Amino acid sequence: MGFGPLLLLAILEGAVTAAVLALTAVGLSLTFGIMRVVNVAHGEFFMLGAVLAWFVSQWFPDAPLLAFLLAMVVCPLVVAGVAVLADVLILKRLHYEPEATIVATIGLLYIFQQAALSFFGPNARPVAPPFNFRVQLPWFGYSGYKLFVILAAGVLLLLVWLLITRTKIGLVMRATQIDRTTAKAFGINVDRVYAMTFGIGAGLAAIAAVLVVPIQQAHYLMGGDPLLLSFIVVILGGLGSLRGTLIAALLIGLLDGLLSTAFFFPPTFAKIVATLLVALVLVFRPEGLFGRRTA
Amino acid sequence: MTKGLTLTPTRRSVLAGMGAATAASFFPGYTNAQSSEPIRLGFQLHRTGIGAAYGRWYERTATAALARMNAAGGIGGRPVEILFEDDGTDPARGAEVFGKLATQSNCDLVFGALFSHVVIGTAPRAAELKVPYLVCSEGHHVASGMLNRWTLQPGITDVKSQVQAMAPFVTSNLGKKVTMIFPDFAFGHDHRDYFTAACAAQGGEVIAQIAIPPTETSFTRYFPQIPAETEVIYHVMVGPAVLTFVKELGEFYGSGARPQLFGFIDSLEAVDINSSGLEFLDGSHFWEAHPRYKQADASDAETAYRAAVGVDDNGASASDAADVATYSHMFSVWETLSVIKAGMEAAGYTGAADRQKLVEAIEAMTGFDEGEDHPQGAKTFNGKTHQAFGIQNITKVEGGKLVVAHKTSVEDGMYPDEVDYTSQSF
Repeated sequence: MGFGPLLLLAILEGAVTAAVLALTAVGLSLTFGIMRVVNVAHGEFFMLGAVLAWFVSQWFPDAPLLAFLLAMVVCPLVVAGVAVLADVLILKRLHYEPEATIVATIGLLYIFQQAALSFFGPNARPVAPPFNFRVQLPWFGYSGYKLFVILAAGVLLLLVWLLITRTKIGLVMRATQIDRTTAKAFGINVDRVYAMTFGIGAGLAAIAAVLVVPIQQAHYLMGGDPLLLSFIVVILGGLGSLRGTLIAALLIGLLDGLLSTAFFFPPTFAKIVATLLVALVLVFRPEGLFGRRTA
Repeated sequence: MTKGLTLTPTRRSVLAGMGAATAASFFPGYTNAQSSEPIRLGFQLHRTGIGAAYGRWYERTATAALARMNAAGGIGGRPVEILFEDDGTDPARGAEVFGKLATQSNCDLVFGALFSHVVIGTAPRAAELKVPYLVCSEGHHVASGMLNRWTLQPGITDVKSQVQAMAPFVTSNLGKKVTMIFPDFAFGHDHRDYFTAACAAQGGEVIAQIAIPPTETSFTRYFPQIPAETEVIYHVMVGPAVLTFVKELGEFYGSGARPQLFGFIDSLEAVDINSSGLEFLDGSHFWEAHPRYKQADASDAETAYRAAVGVDDNGASASDAADVATYSHMFSVWETLSVIKAGMEAAGYTGAADRQKLVEAIEAMTGFDEGEDHPQGAKTFNGKTHQAFGIQNITKVEGGKLVVAHKTSVEDGMYPDEVDYTSQSF
């Protein structure tokens, strides 16, 4: 394969990674930016989305398209519901203290993981893609569904951006992010904003998982990588900066695709480079590439 | 001892002694084993982690073999129990599980582990505790001399033997320029090293070696490393994402020209070969130790075994056609249990004190006849290297089934000894 086609494949693979990563990381970025909660269980919300998508797919074994569309609605809602409960029952009672919430979300991580192991089992289970369409290029074939994932993630991210910048809910969320006390003084129900934010963050991870599960299979341990990469993206992009998160996701996704596909480095190497980038950013630009300076 | 006897007991030591005595009376099974008690076999099970699909079927196979054995009078007239303990397919936990089975559960021996990193991580513990460890792992690490006198592999042929037996078929029927795709841990490295050597011995050449971590979930990125002049892709993958691996391989080549495919069935164990997206496998070849689809010339022993472990003629669970077995590997559990029975009876095994005699009795074995105890086929056993050697099958995907195209002989897989465990001390 010549370098041109190789580069194309690398970019496609990188774009799929970036698309899914952007959705997941935006969820993490929202919870961190607005609530100042480091949600270690974020990857498990991703896993729950995938596992639930498998259950939905079992209801309609002969209609993968219907199952997929239903999963796109049901899974994020259920996962968001679980997250809201976790917020109201646990995080709120810890008064969102950073140390306490980290420990609490570590606990949630194990609870979700073991719950999935108990109810879903230890096996990886495939979910049929909504359609089997392959793009045959002269050099290689490519899954049409993967192209759809890129597109769908783009649309979803646009919707999130509209929600944050163009709606009342978004306005209230931004106000809470900028100054919690003042927001409260203006009559904003901060508790409700927090619960909603935690729910939306988890729902975004879940919807990313519904998109990716026909490519990856559902497995109870699948939450680790999305968590690590989301943290990398959020720190690189600047804590709480939506634009920074998107750009960083694109950067990390394409870096991963290029290094491992076009230059034949093992994917672990791409993770090493990404983590090194984070370290450099933390040293030289602690607020992230697009974060606001707090000093 | 005399020093201890002359000391006046302190209040604390008396209390501790009373506590221990009380605890012992609550757990009578832990105090001493008598010959009327059941023989307790520990099973190191990959119930969770990357080996979970195998673990599910290994447990079923062991349970079926145990029922058959106890119905036939157990071992030496004593009933047999199997204690399953999950090792998470993790080497560190594997060693802990081994210790727990051997010391807390008082198992006479431990068997059943498949994944090579677990076996390699656990075997030193077996030697420390002096408890027999019968593995079902295929890895060459037993016969290579890497492990120890307490570790044996009588139930399945090792990778070095498998690939040596099959290399001539690959180079003479499929092509001489081979690209290998294998999991990046001990088991995959055995494939890499021994197939590369065996291929060269047949006048072929491995032109690229692509290692993939067994926990990988996305594979397309590895495929551009397959050189264009490749004639045969030799693939062997393990882990939860094997279906994704094969699907993405199909997507990558699409309807374009592709090399011949020779896969170890590991790439599709517990996966239906008729899953959507796998149509491209039609006409490709697989290694199978034990053919998943019941062949036309299946023996009575094979039929009886298939029924006992609850597998239908298509290699899926008799009660759920979507639950495909790890058929090419799980026979090793059944056959290892047969060897344990034969070994214990030959050694006149009465309890833990006879563990060394059991190892010596197995070392004295030279082979196993095909039959209900060994349904996969006849095997030669090398007591010096602790390794069994059996026949291998090359099957071809035809009309949605795997049909045997070539059977190797036991001799095809023989190689000079690399170790003599019998010369090592216990």
